[in-house]
Amino acid sequence: MSNQDIEKQEFNITVYTENQIGLLTRIAIIFSRRKINIESLNTSPSEIDKIHRFNIVITESEEVVRKLVRQIEKQVEVLKAYYHTNADVIWQELALYKVSTDVIAEKVSVERLLRENGARVVVLRKDYTVFETTGHREETDNLISILQPFGLIEFVRSARVAIIKDSEGFNRKLREFERLEPGEEVIENEYLNQGEKVFTM
Amino acid sequence: MEVAQETLTTPAPTTAVEVSGSVALLEALIVEGVDTIFGYPGGAIMPIYDALFDYNDKLNHILVRHEQGGIHAGQGYARTSGKVGVVFATSGPGATNLVTGLADAQIDSTPVVCITGQVFAHLLGTDAFQETDVINITTPVTKWNYQVTDANEIPEVIAKAFYIAKSGRPGPVLIDITKNAQIQKFNYQGYTQCNHIRSYRPKPIVRSEYIQEAAELINQAKKPFVIWGQGVILGSAEQEFKAFIDKSGIPAAWTVLGAGAIPTEHPLNVGMLGMHGNYGPNVLTNECDVLIAIGMRFDDRVTGRLDKYAKQAKVVHLDIDPAEIDKNVKSTVPVWGDCKETLPMLTKLIEEKKHTEWLNTFNEYTQKEVEAVIHDELNPTSPEMTMGEVIKQLNEITKGEAIIVTDVGQHQMVACRYAKFNKTRSNVTSGGLGTMGFALPAAIGAKFGAQDRTVVAIIGDGGFQMTLQELGTIMQTGIDVKIIILNNRFLGMVRQWQELFNERRYSFVDIQSPDFVTLASAYKIPGKRIDDRAELPAVLNEMLNTKGSFLLEVMVTKENNVFPMVPQGCSVAEIRLK
Repeated sequence: MSNQDIEKQEFNITVYTENQIGLLTRIAIIFSRRKINIESLNTSPSEIDKIHRFNIVITESEEVVRKLVRQIEKQVEVLKAYYHTNADVIWQELALYKVSTDVIAEKVSVERLLRENGARVVVLRKDYTVFETTGHREETDNLISILQPFGLIEFVRSARVAIIKDSEGFNRKLREFERLEPGEEVIENEYLNQGEKVFTM
Repeated sequence: MEVAQETLTTPAPTTAVEVSGSVALLEALIVEGVDTIFGYPGGAIMPIYDALFDYNDKLNHILVRHEQGGIHAGQGYARTSGKVGVVFATSGPGATNLVTGLADAQIDSTPVVCITGQVFAHLLGTDAFQETDVINITTPVTKWNYQVTDANEIPEVIAKAFYIAKSGRPGPVLIDITKNAQIQKFNYQGYTQCNHIRSYRPKPIVRSEYIQEAAELINQAKKPFVIWGQGVILGSAEQEFKAFIDKSGIPAAWTVLGAGAIPTEHPLNVGMLGMHGNYGPNVLTNECDVLIAIGMRFDDRVTGRLDKYAKQAKVVHLDIDPAEIDKNVKSTVPVWGDCKETLPMLTKLIEEKKHTEWLNTFNEYTQKEVEAVIHDELNPTSPEMTMGEVIKQLNEITKGEAIIVTDVGQHQMVACRYAKFNKTRSNVTSGGLGTMGFALPAAIGAKFGAQDRTVVAIIGDGGFQMTLQELGTIMQTGIDVKIIILNNRFLGMVRQWQELFNERRYSFVDIQSPDFVTLASAYKIPGKRIDDRAELPAVLNEMLNTKGSFLLEVMVTKENNVFPMVPQGCSVAEIRLK
């Protein structure tokens, strides 16, 4: 393993954007141009009406991530981009598992399975059952390995959604953007923010 | 008669009128101050061209011979005029032919707005005739792009396009307009220029703390060194830059795109940076104690091997694009902002100094370079001419007043090294992308952008053959562009590398050319071919005194190399003189 690999870790990139066709491509090619794999990508509304939020997960060194975030923020329709380590965010992924109802009913203690894995039943039919669980990667992976021996018919996991632990939301910042001349109090420069816990560019 | 057929003279009519999307587009261009359009019609842009027929008196449309020529001309226009270059092309092949120019404009931060026609909106995605996904093809090579499918969007989108292209770090913008939107009549409310987009901040806020820190570093420096790039020119900060240099007394060197921001002859201008730059600026980059980079992006052709680049120096980096700070070279003090604002703030805080001894070190290196390289290049004793002596002779006649447009390769490096520039916006070349075929169309655009100036295109025999169809544009417009082909019968730069690094295995660099003078005469452009240096002064005078364009083919020595050279993978201090 090279030094670079050791430095690499999962980063959560949060991007606040206008809702514009084509912006997904513009953001995606910033990664693909540098041959960096996007491990998870979620787009959703944000706390502010008409402003969208991307959650992107990649495994890279912080130096690379910082440069990527600057390239993202440079895009005309991007309002703001942040990056955080897993420790700095609350994150969840949702997974669905489809199994044969017969097999499950016969061979598994469903009650224990649900309790131990924080799972719940979404659909219960004669022919199949769909379980759902939400959590970190290990938790959703764990249920796969439990269900696999019983003939897991289908599995799907959502992209990651993450909430930044230490942020006051984007509302205040947006007001600054809407003014023609940003106020003096707007912190635009990461070097001035070293004391702050939340990284902002 | 339809209202759409009339030309609207006021930007904001008091009562709304019904106009077509095409008319709204042309009205927008007029309000934006556009006087020249480079373009080529085709099926999907016909409604715009139909409207253009009635705007002939207000918008000068130049019919190019290929869309690539159109966008390079737009770039040349933008580079000499400081305005936004405007290019029209049709859908499909018309639009894809723009891609090289867009990539060139993107990497060289040139403000260009391209309007492409697109098939009817209802045909999008059906593989219709001349349909191409232009937005997705051009996304990586544009600062912004947008597809218009409804005429109502046109005024606002064009306003955004111009604002984005020219503000902050400039760049190319492409607007793809479906044919139905060009035809569609809508309630036109006038055109308002854009000066704010919520999600877009063209320049970062200047932080006085960093100006202060930068000034302290500069004031304490014993061997400070300024390196500047095109940012000074793009920011129209030439005066502010000169004031900074003059007060600080710091020797300053330029990137290829920064050339001419201060005159070549300025006593503190110590020359060119990079792979084929001057000896002193390269070697002393690794000896200075404070390196002040202004409006430049530490391209690999400037830095050579990065892990051996200016490691001893504290780096002050002034740039308008936050993504450039710390991208290649880690800065000690990042001065984010427009150098037109930050330079005067810095100048105010720095002490007036003269770094005489340090400046002399540069001069000593210049002497070494003169002895080893420059003297022989400019005053050769060989029977065949060198590229350098042609440039030297040209300098003597133009006195550094001409706009020099170069293509890519050996002649480009020689021209940039030896051409004299008295004025800003005088060096037009393809820097970042290295686009062969750039010079001829760019020179046409450069002349339209600066009609009172002499434009001399210096082109290699290889590059000229990539876009020589634009001789047709010269013929039809009667534009005055002086063309010098420096013909060494080789793809010289690749040959040089093959000689130096591939044991002279000259793989496909031997290129034959047509008789360029006869070719020019087919386009009714006078020309001459010379191979005797005795003729050079007279024929250069003849070229410059000829009314209209002129093509001069100069036969130069076949296997000359451009030196000095920082070989790839070497540090700037390892620059070779031979």
